[in-house]
Amino acid sequence: MGKWSRRAFVTTAVLAGGTLAIGIGIRPGDRRSKVAGLVAGEEETILNVWVKISPDNTITAIIPHADMGQGVHTTLAMMLADELDADWSAVRMLEAPAHEEYANYAMAKGYTLGEKDFPSFLVDTVDGFFLKATQFKDLQITGGSTSVRTTGMVAMRVAGAATRSILKQAAADAWQVPQEELETRNSYVYHMASNRSAPYASFADQAAELSIPPVPVLKSEKEFSIMGTDVQRLDVPSKVDGTARFGIDVVLPGMKYAAVIAAPVFGDTVKSVDSTAVQNMRGVRKVINFGDAVAIVADGYWQARQAIDKIVIEYESSGNGDVEQSDIFDQFTAAMDSANDDGDQQIDLEIGDAEAALSASKKIVEAEYRVPYLAHATMEPMNCTAWVHDGECELWTGTQNPLAFARKAADAIDMDIANVTLHNQLLGGGFGRRMFPDYTIQAAKIAAQVPYPVKLIWSREEDMRHDHYRDANISRFKAGLDAAGNPTAWINQYVEKHDPAEAPHIPYGIDNQFIHFANSKTHVPWGNWRSVDHSLHGFFTESFMDELAIAAGKDPYEFRHDLLEKAPRFQAVLDLAAEKAGWGSPLPENWGRGIAIHRSFGSIVAEVVEVEIKGGKPRAHRVVCAIDAGYAFHPDGMRAQMESGIIYGLTAALYGEISIHRGSVAQSNFHDYQMVRMKESPEIETHIINSGESIGGAGEPGTPAIAPALTNAIYDAIGIRIRELPIKNHDLRLEDHESKDVA
Amino acid sequence: MITLTINGERHNLDVDPDTPLLWAIREQMGLTGTKFGCGIAQCGACTVHLNGSPIRSCVTPVQAAANQNITTIEGIGNADTGLHVIQQAWIDEQVPQCGYCQSGQIMSAVALLSENQAPSDEDIDRAMSGNICRCGTYPRIRKGIKRAAAMLTEEQSDG
Repeated sequence: MGKWSRRAFVTTAVLAGGTLAIGIGIRPGDRRSKVAGLVAGEEETILNVWVKISPDNTITAIIPHADMGQGVHTTLAMMLADELDADWSAVRMLEAPAHEEYANYAMAKGYTLGEKDFPSFLVDTVDGFFLKATQFKDLQITGGSTSVRTTGMVAMRVAGAATRSILKQAAADAWQVPQEELETRNSYVYHMASNRSAPYASFADQAAELSIPPVPVLKSEKEFSIMGTDVQRLDVPSKVDGTARFGIDVVLPGMKYAAVIAAPVFGDTVKSVDSTAVQNMRGVRKVINFGDAVAIVADGYWQARQAIDKIVIEYESSGNGDVEQSDIFDQFTAAMDSANDDGDQQIDLEIGDAEAALSASKKIVEAEYRVPYLAHATMEPMNCTAWVHDGECELWTGTQNPLAFARKAADAIDMDIANVTLHNQLLGGGFGRRMFPDYTIQAAKIAAQVPYPVKLIWSREEDMRHDHYRDANISRFKAGLDAAGNPTAWINQYVEKHDPAEAPHIPYGIDNQFIHFANSKTHVPWGNWRSVDHSLHGFFTESFMDELAIAAGKDPYEFRHDLLEKAPRFQAVLDLAAEKAGWGSPLPENWGRGIAIHRSFGSIVAEVVEVEIKGGKPRAHRVVCAIDAGYAFHPDGMRAQMESGIIYGLTAALYGEISIHRGSVAQSNFHDYQMVRMKESPEIETHIINSGESIGGAGEPGTPAIAPALTNAIYDAIGIRIRELPIKNHDLRLEDHESKDVA
Repeated sequence: MITLTINGERHNLDVDPDTPLLWAIREQMGLTGTKFGCGIAQCGACTVHLNGSPIRSCVTPVQAAANQNITTIEGIGNADTGLHVIQQAWIDEQVPQCGYCQSGQIMSAVALLSENQAPSDEDIDRAMSGNICRCGTYPRIRKGIKRAAAMLTEEQSDG
């Protein structure tokens, strides 16, 4: 651990009122290394956690992540508190301000590297993080299921252990006893031999004088006292009595409200605005043309909304006004065909010789799948409050990436970033949508033109029609089975590749694989949507695996189990889900059971769905989920995230469909972009494996397996294979469904 | 001027009578626990009680609620005045995630429990399917309602 002193620093100080502040920064370190060029100054850090110990012995940690419902503040607090031997009932978390010191390179690395291990904190942060760091300089992101994996493992635990070490040293100095004789628990230092004890806070002055950085020793799993337990989340009480403050709840003195409408066709611009009809409307103050959207500022939001419906806007066409959804799928098909014809295939993965193995196989199975665009539809519509005053701009919004939002807003109103302050608020859902700063840029532009604070609120219609969408896609498969029904060749082609890179890859032992894609851009904006590319490839690959099992005449679970012989972690997760679900036990008529497994963001998740087909519609009654994320620091939080990811994915599988009509989004609100509701919500049970492997995420990995597990269950129930989502577009009453035959 | 009685207090508001109750509650009254979600009575985030019954405040003109009893999440209970059993059950079951829809969920659940102290799964489906939750807290909401119902039964047998 000799590297600790070079690559990390600890600063201590006593603040006014006697609060001890301990700052722990881990920086790239060795300035001669390749990292040096990325480090702007001596003080620049890659992770920065502040721990404050108040005179009343309350401990506050300031962390660089937003909580959007995933409970990460609680989990990160647990990691810090456990290593610190803190009194859990007196631990508080504060989100760090949007500031470059909190730019989260480790997050960038975790997101960028995806599946790669993230072992000992020092070696990796120093040697591994810079892979794509230059592209991620502005990031202070919460996403990629990485808060616990990176900030938690790298910074919170280290900060807790380092702080405890400093306090012990301070106590040893104060009491003139050897450190080894001291114990810490519940935010107290004890010296049993002399029967002395004192709260951490009483050593503030001594601790602040210590200049030698300690060597933090992290606890082993069996020493955990808070990590791994089901503590109650810190944010829940404020979310049951209406006191939790989201971005939309910000109130400022003299604040006005704004509504906005953007050009319905992506890429179109505003040619003219006729605001005659709103000139004399009560409360209306200003009409602002952004060039691609128009906003109206009024005394109340409802007044602004009514006015926005009355103005007449003419748009300049970008040439996309005739695009239909079918044109987009035709474009994809053509791109795939021409990539094959011209040999212009973008290679994703090549193992062995798949074409040759296919030719030599006994049976060839082929299938093509499609998925539509999806909107995020967070419950809280996009909104931002902005106030430009005294040469500064203040922003209040819920964002997954505060630093980049502040920078984009600064650029939009031509202001120095140093004069822009973003106050991050609770997020009423994120799911990837609140990575995109469009609404914050609009709010800043409005505020730059008026002398008062303005709260911009998007209507649900605006939110749905101007999202950044999970892409529509097509995936084609060809596979070969040998005489024993074992797959020998796997050929897969899809359209466009985003992140993470390994999303289309399968864990199964198939010797010859060729996975490739064709580029085919559209005018529809793309965005990270819970689990990103995994959300589509989980459905594609695990549906096709089911088709292979059926073609091989094998049980879908046993078929997968046998092909995971060399992937024991996967096999254990699959087996646990199957066992807990009672795989193989009889079900009533028109009921079916389906299984799927998929790894994303470092976590392996298997799900078994029990479905009933009634009146041509599927009703998922029960979902059994097994997850191996290495270790569950907050098991109930992990269960909650599995439930959440499953229902989010279930909504997409059953109903999710954003379609393009005349170049714009056809859907507008929850009546035509339906959600799973209470009456359709399955019972969900989650089983956790603590394998001790590297830490995986929780926010996203529940989502990819649910769609294929459900459609596989539908096939099991009635023999109809769903190859295109959403399921609502299929009539499950047809007995001679065209998709029933495989191969 | 329109007179609204919210959480037992009378207020005179200078507001266009067609304005949805939601915006009067949030902007004029400053009670931000009631949320905007869809504006067309599809998601339930704006649920409040009108004379004890759940309504969608985003489509209820403020004049339609004049001189009647309106209850918002702020009138249900809090740690200082005492939590409603539904709120306590929500904490016990760790229901909320992002929390944005939960005011509306709780208002629907409180209304359900006030007229049916032993709701079946079907009763819960009926009463709660107007409230969307994107974080997927439905299984915990169901457990929360059942726990609250059990707490009520216990209280009564104790009393």
